[in-house]
Amino acid sequence: MSANSPMTASETAPVGSILGTRVQRLEDPEFLTRGATYTEDLTDERLTGAARLTLVRSPLAHARITGIDLTAASQAPGFVAAYTAADLSGVPPQRPMMPGYPESMVQPLLADEVVRYVGEPVVAVLTDDRYSGEDVAELVEVDYDPLPAVVTLTDALAGDTLLFPAAASNVCYRKDAEAAEDIFAGCEVVTSHEIVNQRVAVAPLEVRAAAAVWGDDGRLTAWVPNQGAQGTQRQLARMLGLDKAQVRVITPAVGGAFGAKFGADTEHALVGWLARQLGRPVTWVETRSENMVGMTHGRAQLQTVTIGGDRSGRVRAYRLHVVQDSGAYPRIGALLPSLTALMAPGVYDIERLETSFVSVVTNTTPIGAYRGAGRPEATAAIERAMDLFATELGLDPAEVRRRNLLPAFTEPFTSKGGAKYDSGDYPMALEKVLAAADYPALRAEQAARRERGDVRQLGIGLSVYVEITGGGDESGPPNENATVEVHPDGTATILTGTSPHGQGHATVWAMLASEQLGIPLEKITVKWGDTDLVPRGGGTGGSRSLQQGGAAVRQAAIELVELARQRAAEQLEANPDDLVVDHRIAGLAVRGVPGTAITFAALAEREPLQVRTVFSAPGATYPFGAHVAVVEVDTETGKAELLRLIALDDAGTVINPLIAEGQRHGGLAQGAAQALLEEVCYDPDGNPITTTLATYPFLSITEVPSFELVTTETPTSYNPLGAKGIGEAGTIGATPAVQNAVVDALAHLGVRHVDMPTSAQRVWRAIRESSATERTSG
Amino acid sequence: MRLSLRVNGEERSDEVEPRLLLAHYLRDVCGLTATNLGCDTTSCGACTVHLDGESVKSCTVLAVQCDGSSVTTLEGLAGPDGSLNPVQQAFRSEHALQCGFCTPGMVMAVSALLAEHPDPTEQQIREGLEGNLCRCTGYHNIVRAAQAAAAALSAEQA
Amino acid sequence: MIPAPFEYVRASSVGHAVQLLAEHGEDAKLLAGGHSLLPMMKLRLAFPSVLIDIGRVTEARTLKVDDGMVSIGALVRHSELAASDLLRGEAPLLARVASLVGDPQVRHRGTIGGSLAHADPAADLPAAIVASDGVLVAQGPSGQRQIPAGEFFLGYYETALRPDELLVEIRVPRTGPGGWHYEKFVRRANDWAIVAVATVAGRIALANMASRPVRAAAAEQALASGAGPAEAAELAAEGTEPIEDLNADPEFRRHLARVLTRRALLAAAG
Repeated sequence: MSANSPMTASETAPVGSILGTRVQRLEDPEFLTRGATYTEDLTDERLTGAARLTLVRSPLAHARITGIDLTAASQAPGFVAAYTAADLSGVPPQRPMMPGYPESMVQPLLADEVVRYVGEPVVAVLTDDRYSGEDVAELVEVDYDPLPAVVTLTDALAGDTLLFPAAASNVCYRKDAEAAEDIFAGCEVVTSHEIVNQRVAVAPLEVRAAAAVWGDDGRLTAWVPNQGAQGTQRQLARMLGLDKAQVRVITPAVGGAFGAKFGADTEHALVGWLARQLGRPVTWVETRSENMVGMTHGRAQLQTVTIGGDRSGRVRAYRLHVVQDSGAYPRIGALLPSLTALMAPGVYDIERLETSFVSVVTNTTPIGAYRGAGRPEATAAIERAMDLFATELGLDPAEVRRRNLLPAFTEPFTSKGGAKYDSGDYPMALEKVLAAADYPALRAEQAARRERGDVRQLGIGLSVYVEITGGGDESGPPNENATVEVHPDGTATILTGTSPHGQGHATVWAMLASEQLGIPLEKITVKWGDTDLVPRGGGTGGSRSLQQGGAAVRQAAIELVELARQRAAEQLEANPDDLVVDHRIAGLAVRGVPGTAITFAALAEREPLQVRTVFSAPGATYPFGAHVAVVEVDTETGKAELLRLIALDDAGTVINPLIAEGQRHGGLAQGAAQALLEEVCYDPDGNPITTTLATYPFLSITEVPSFELVTTETPTSYNPLGAKGIGEAGTIGATPAVQNAVVDALAHLGVRHVDMPTSAQRVWRAIRESSATERTSG
Repeated sequence: MRLSLRVNGEERSDEVEPRLLLAHYLRDVCGLTATNLGCDTTSCGACTVHLDGESVKSCTVLAVQCDGSSVTTLEGLAGPDGSLNPVQQAFRSEHALQCGFCTPGMVMAVSALLAEHPDPTEQQIREGLEGNLCRCTGYHNIVRAAQAAAAALSAEQA
Repeated sequence: MIPAPFEYVRASSVGHAVQLLAEHGEDAKLLAGGHSLLPMMKLRLAFPSVLIDIGRVTEARTLKVDDGMVSIGALVRHSELAASDLLRGEAPLLARVASLVGDPQVRHRGTIGGSLAHADPAADLPAAIVASDGVLVAQGPSGQRQIPAGEFFLGYYETALRPDELLVEIRVPRTGPGGWHYEKFVRRANDWAIVAVATVAGRIALANMASRPVRAAAAEQALASGAGPAEAAELAAEGTEPIEDLNADPEFRRHLARVLTRRALLAAAG
């Protein structure tokens, strides 16, 4: 078998293989007895005597800072120092986050003259301990002159108030539609709708934190919970005007990230700067209330979908226009609509496609990546559009999808959106999930309840999705490095450029190496996240890790076997071609002469037995699936309850089903949460209203059922594992399935659309408005 | 003021500020950092410990309120040789933790739930854990772990 | 996240607590379970300079039937109320409502006295006490006084308790035969009620329909005049002043009050 041929788990795995089995995590005993060491838990001696940072943040959405008085604060017990923007000597002017963003739209480390969102850091207060931090911060006096707040997308586009006067407008990024012709010409049916893909809070259980100290060697060591130490290192160096070599980032255990802990925020950079300024280590942990306004939010698109086709149910044309709320300072959120546009047509064979988007700044928390990052938005739009189209035609939503799905394929082809899909079988996914859900029985139950006029009506929602995982970046095709070393004591160490924060790489990477080498899992240690140890890496996000990082580990182990083979041949005076891996001894033996063998450990005695390799993939992969959601809506109160969520997700070969299922469950819950419950709200003045976990309806255990998973494996040819990315599937498929289900529950009452979250009040309003419409039109 | 109590079976006596939260007392004074803080509105339950045998959110208890009491944290559950108890083992075998941040509080909450309801239905498990938030697992495997732990505990007693 | 600094003293008895209140004046707050007060202090929405811990005052932790009424010590915790066979038998509405406050951890600490004295109009126990026609017993320097539930709650976080008094006992009539029910409408299971309806012995009280729990007097009168549950429930929102918040505007709240009242009355009727 060549190193690059595609394989399913059953091909890669000889009899007795560990791959494809439900291996319990090696990480867990520590997590379950002492707890993992998160940044707030650090007791590193380099942090002895650290000062504690507390930030004073803007209480206004848009204002000019007219004065800062530190007198009272500086006299309070525990006070060490306080800094404002004027004090940040040596910090270079900040650069736009992405090339292509307007030059002036940058966030300084501390607000300089103007604050642009509630929560923007204004004053950095240092105290000897955490408790006095809040006492001292309360005594800082900041005077503001309010400016008009730009909160709605309409206001942002109108541009009567500019967040950045130096910029011509509030637009930070755009792609206009290309086609001049009317793509809907000739369509028998056309329907259009405005859809809100609402702003949500990422809200990982661990908030943001950082610890920093400067060494006598002039280097900054920073401990930051992140999704890729190398990216955080680059970002910190950029923000502080340092050489990358001057910065070492160490990644403690990370308590969840979901896209919002990439790179570095202004606070992280501040901690680094303050440590040098003070000549003393500095630590920082935000409060949850700070996190709810200070960490980037997700989604926040206003979508206009137009879908047209034949009465027979064949879609001919689809247009998607997106207005992306970027928040006050454009970060990756402003760019995500390009992924939405790329994935706009989804799994459907649509002749004519038109996409366009405009990203604007508003006086709100900046928008970043959140599990799915641009792709849930695409799927939500096309899946809502398909249901709107089906309703317009009076056709069953499953049937309309059937008539429009791309047929199964094994050779890569380029979609109308410009994405090169690698492999997929969407019709199979739809049929299998409908069978698993017993779709006809559900429709029968729904019909019976409608007939009886039950108060509690049933809704069935579908989604069929394809998504993009593991893409490369400006530097080239997708790739990841891994180093595998076997030690003379028989243990092994793996260095990876990925950065797990719950995904179980310490277990799965060990499985992949153990598969090749025969070394037992408990003897394999996986390391990541220290830029001195692993200088290069792409981190963990975009569901890239297994298909690139795991593939790299496998490749490194295979190459290590080859290196060992050469040494063993010399030592055993055998022909290298006669040597085979003997898993029982974790070494090499002469074929047919098991007594003549040598362990990998022994081969490491004279010189290190270590290989570093880089695995490169031809491109991104495209996992797919189909979800069915069953909801019950109390038509008197509007409350929607999710009864069942049946999910088929196909991300190619599954290496550890226990972990893969866990990833799916988490995504499904977050996807359902967006459809049913969660929303970040601002008042017209730009004051955030949902700033705690009490006011923000973070999904709790009673709002979701146990999930029903259906698994298929359609491998990719892009890596020898045959694996695509699974981490974001849940959010992408579940959100539209659940939203469609709620609308479906009300379809017989004339309701065509309910925006997310489908709160009781929204649903109740939708019912009343449609029955009012029926009365006036009847 | 002086605070005397038992933490994970060991007697302690410390001088503390009245406003010191029990959670911070456990983490910063006792050095028991498994208990995490995930919010500031008593919502998330990551800080759940046992106070005199009952589950409480240690972020909303003052250390000084615990004078003379007994507190158990996650670190107090495992056997002296580090072996996992049935609840801990169930969390592992059912993959009921991913990033691990909510886990110490979740394990303490499940332990307390099973002490009150040794044979809970799925509904009772979900209602019993409504004070504990998790972002990673979607709760599915946490429910499985509670069920597996219940079975293991009742087998132990049989 | 961290309360402002304060002095802390422990009361060993009700009398001692009254004495400490008098000594420290308006800057002092009573600390029982702390699950209404401490969350506010952690967000620095409240910053008393003295906390008087009454958590160990065992004389206020009794639960018994006395003189034909159910007598509940103010320091009895929600979890104890929910589990009490006595309460389930004699005042089942309260036992049920106590089981729905917050979550299990909160119920292990929160007390009925603390919840009532805090007087959040969206809370469960205030509405239940008003529906139960309970009597709240306050102890002050000049002795005890009895405050009917209907006169106890004055507005947001405002009660008839004087600064030098503490709540020591809650007395409710024994329910006897006849129905009771609690309907709590929430977004997530352990949220505060968007609207809730408590009914017992023909009385109906609403949570989160005004700045304090209110009796649905018009609906009660209709019932008393022989109207059926559905008809009476149509009047449930009369005399209420529901607010607009994230979850519901006044119109939706009034609608919910009617729907939930109907359901509560039907359930109570068996």
